[in-house]
Amino acid sequence: MTKTTIPVHLDINGRHHDLQLEPRVTLLDALRDRLGLTGTKKGCDHGQCGACTVHVDGERVLACLTLAAQAEGRTVTTIEGLAREGEMHPVQAAFLEQDAFQCGYCTPGQIMSAVACIREGHAGSDDEIREYMAGNLCRCGAYPHIVAAVRQAALEAAS
Amino acid sequence: MRDFSYVRANSLAAARQAAALPGAMLLAGGTTLIDLAKCGVAEPETLVDITHLKGLDRIEMNERGATIGALARMSRVADHADIKIHFPAVSEALWQAASAQIRNMATIGGNLFAPAPYGDFAVALLALDATVGTDDGQTPIETFLANRDGSRAVVTSVSFTLPKADSFRFLKVSRVKPKGVSVLSIAAVLELSSDGTVTSARIALGCMADRPMRARAAEKALIGRTLTADGIAPALAAAGDGISPITDPIASAWYRAEVLPVHLGRLLLA
Repeated sequence: MTKTTIPVHLDINGRHHDLQLEPRVTLLDALRDRLGLTGTKKGCDHGQCGACTVHVDGERVLACLTLAAQAEGRTVTTIEGLAREGEMHPVQAAFLEQDAFQCGYCTPGQIMSAVACIREGHAGSDDEIREYMAGNLCRCGAYPHIVAAVRQAALEAAS
Repeated sequence: MRDFSYVRANSLAAARQAAALPGAMLLAGGTTLIDLAKCGVAEPETLVDITHLKGLDRIEMNERGATIGALARMSRVADHADIKIHFPAVSEALWQAASAQIRNMATIGGNLFAPAPYGDFAVALLALDATVGTDDGQTPIETFLANRDGSRAVVTSVSFTLPKADSFRFLKVSRVKPKGVSVLSIAAVLELSSDGTVTSARIALGCMADRPMRARAAEKALIGRTLTADGIAPALAAAGDGISPITDPIASAWYRAEVLPVHLGRLLLA
């Protein structure tokens, strides 16, 4: 198979990157293998676990099912881009405070999903949080604390 | 994933032209296509990215019906104020699809091409007797689905007339509720006379073939009947007519065929 590469220009966490990639490279692989942004995790690589959740133009999507080339001209935010001037994002702080993880592998995806969930207005009750966080699996089963963290961050955002 | 070339279409005409290349496939949300390409099930030689086309994500809904742009994403349609006002059942049907992330990616146009067990919304659209708009003109959804494999046209919109109040029903059956992959899905538009007998019925099934299909024998068996256990019995007996269910890790063809009348009964008696 020919290794044809194409130029791909990506805006990630406010920084511009010029890459040469095979067209088949997913946004997830570009982030992790080419840009060293390994905060975004590869879980199933098939769109079922949510570990690779990032924001494209402010909306949560799965980096494993997005081609890097498709993200050109869009604004990408990863877990590395959430903190502001050394201050944790309120959702990150809430996850720490509520002990909302065990092994931590799903956590970046959970947090990116939670930030979007709150912004979408889908964090009004525990049931709604569970429902709209259902695309992020946690094999350790930290769900009760994850819901508590999202609830806490949503309340803080509302106040 | 096998490598492919990538073309970003900047106009409908360019998309159409690129789609005519050998082995070319259109790429929209990618939630099915990229996944199938990773598994080696889809082997595109060229992916034509249409997600940068402008103006194909409009959503219009009023008391008469809806026109939804092919690139409108499921989440946008489900959350659209006019859809929620005039036809909340569409929101509910979409809400049952996958996760928030997938719904932010998956497009209404792409759903028309999703192989079973995916594409439950296309099942709803088939029951609604939707019309598929392409750069070639308007096609009834049933014809479109039958010919979708060889289609080189670019889907631009899906439109449908609002069914009479409370006539639309949708059921998705999955083991992980409600977001799991479908065992099957059923959508129906049933019109009743004042005495409660069925005057018209359109029933669409998901997972009963490689794409959504109509349950014509069951529809016919419902006409003039009431929605009671006795009334629907002939329709349930005819539900399996012409089906050829898929087998996958969720369920076997045999199981799907066995439970179809059970779930159709629940939908009709709900």
